[in-house]
Amino acid sequence: MAKRIDVSGLTAYYSAHKAIEDISMTVEPRSVTAFIGPSGCGKSTLLRTLNRMHEVTPGGRVEGKVLLDDENLYSSSVDPVTVRRTVGMVFQRPNPFPTMSIFDNVAAGLRLNGRYKKSELNDVVEKSLKGANLWNEVKDRLNKPGSGLSGGQQQRLCIARAIAVEPQVLLMDEPCSALDPISTLAIEDLIGELKERFTIVIVTHNMQQAARVSDRTAFFNLSAVGQPGRLIELDETSRIFSNPSVQATEDYISGRFG
Amino acid sequence: MAISTETSPAPPAPRKRVKQSTGRAGDKVFLGLSRGSGILLLVLMASIAAFLTYRSVLAISKDDTNFLTTFNWDPAAAKPTFGIAVLLFGTVVSSVIAMAIAVPVAVGIALFISHYAPRRLAAPLAYVVDLLAAVPSIIYGIWGALFLVPYLEGTNLWLDQYLGWTYIFDKTEVGVARSIFTVGVLLAIMILPIITSVSREVFLQVPRINEEAALALGATRWEVIRLSVLPFGRSGVISASMLGLGRALGETMAVATVLSPSFLISGHVLDAGGGTFAQNIAAKFDEANPLGRDALIASGLVLFILTLLVNGAARMIIARRKEYSGANA
Repeated sequence: MAKRIDVSGLTAYYSAHKAIEDISMTVEPRSVTAFIGPSGCGKSTLLRTLNRMHEVTPGGRVEGKVLLDDENLYSSSVDPVTVRRTVGMVFQRPNPFPTMSIFDNVAAGLRLNGRYKKSELNDVVEKSLKGANLWNEVKDRLNKPGSGLSGGQQQRLCIARAIAVEPQVLLMDEPCSALDPISTLAIEDLIGELKERFTIVIVTHNMQQAARVSDRTAFFNLSAVGQPGRLIELDETSRIFSNPSVQATEDYISGRFG
Repeated sequence: MAISTETSPAPPAPRKRVKQSTGRAGDKVFLGLSRGSGILLLVLMASIAAFLTYRSVLAISKDDTNFLTTFNWDPAAAKPTFGIAVLLFGTVVSSVIAMAIAVPVAVGIALFISHYAPRRLAAPLAYVVDLLAAVPSIIYGIWGALFLVPYLEGTNLWLDQYLGWTYIFDKTEVGVARSIFTVGVLLAIMILPIITSVSREVFLQVPRINEEAALALGATRWEVIRLSVLPFGRSGVISASMLGLGRALGETMAVATVLSPSFLISGHVLDAGGGTFAQNIAAKFDEANPLGRDALIASGLVLFILTLLVNGAARMIIARRKEYSGANA
């Protein structure tokens, strides 16, 4: 179920502005890779290139390659819609479909992929909500609107929605930044469980969070405002936080800038 | 009235006195203005309703037949008989036809402008649609009579041939039809711009994050519209349609120019004849005697009530699914 991601020579633009430049890295399957770095360093942009969401932004375009196992996501024969069905995404702010019930929110992705029997949908919805540690809280009100849940529950609902279609990779763009500490803890525990099944990439501003949840950490930086972001180093999380090989990384994690 | 408590003078605070008093004066003026406008509107509505009701009662008390079910309009006769059955039927049917044509087309145009068209095309297109709303209704009427009536003949024959079995589209007369159907088509064109531009505004307000939710699940452009845009815009489209319906129900000149009126109810919408409230008032008001005028005002009261009912129903539809609306996301 989980695939490796190989990024090579990736540069991404917003119209004329170069947001990230010449990024090459590998994301290991069944592990959590955290992207950290100061604001504007392009970590969210890079994340969005991994499921071809970057090009949805007006003016967004990409040069270079992203290989999912051996398939280049940016080859001309690949349909971005198919990519997004294999690479799921969870956003900074919880965004359940406001007009849909909890059940329909989780089933939405499956219904896009084709027709399912009611019983199959029931199974997948239950399994996904259990997978997102939300089942016990919502099992009695599956037909209530998803927007009536608390922020943390909504975010777990979004995770359930993303994993319901069994993606190869799960991208998380600061998934806890809009949540309180208890909800954050619930999501972090969940990430630990999900990495058994999925390749997970998480963007975070919170360095303690990166240290807690990730196996590997990538540090990005930019030389000045308006300059493109670059990958500074990618290593085991324990090494990045104890003994990074680049001075800028150490300055950032020890709080000297950013 | 919670606001009024906040504006009552606070205990004196000498040092800031000057600054505070100007702020409070502004508050009071604005409160007075806004409250006054609100009250003025209510008074206006109430006096219109009272006027309509008073004159209607005068007329209906002299009506020799049932005002609601009579197919006739003769308030000048020795025994005055007049009823609004034909007008109610014609108004509702022509508006239903107009809505059936205009709403899907308007939503389509709005979606095209907001989500499909390249920016260079979207702005001029939106402008042209808005321009349609600026054409005076008499021009629509003349255009309808001179152009639409003859050119709809082919459509009428086609509908008669393939849908004639439905009874509704059975055309029993030959020749150009200045019919309720033609009126409906003309009204559809006239209400298209308002429905389109309001829907477009609503579709453009769909939060980016809702659309991305669908995109990230692997939704195609149409699926994004189905999952995120249409549900979010639903209540807005209903409101837009109500604005359009309001115009269709009350349209006068265009209908009066196109329709050849008669006091008959015919289920065959392609046949000439029928009438609407507004058209009937415009056609008869000048030559009516005092009772005739009151009778026309009574028919106006029915139109007033019809509009109220339609708006109430629309509000109920919007409110019923409030907890599912995009507003509480």
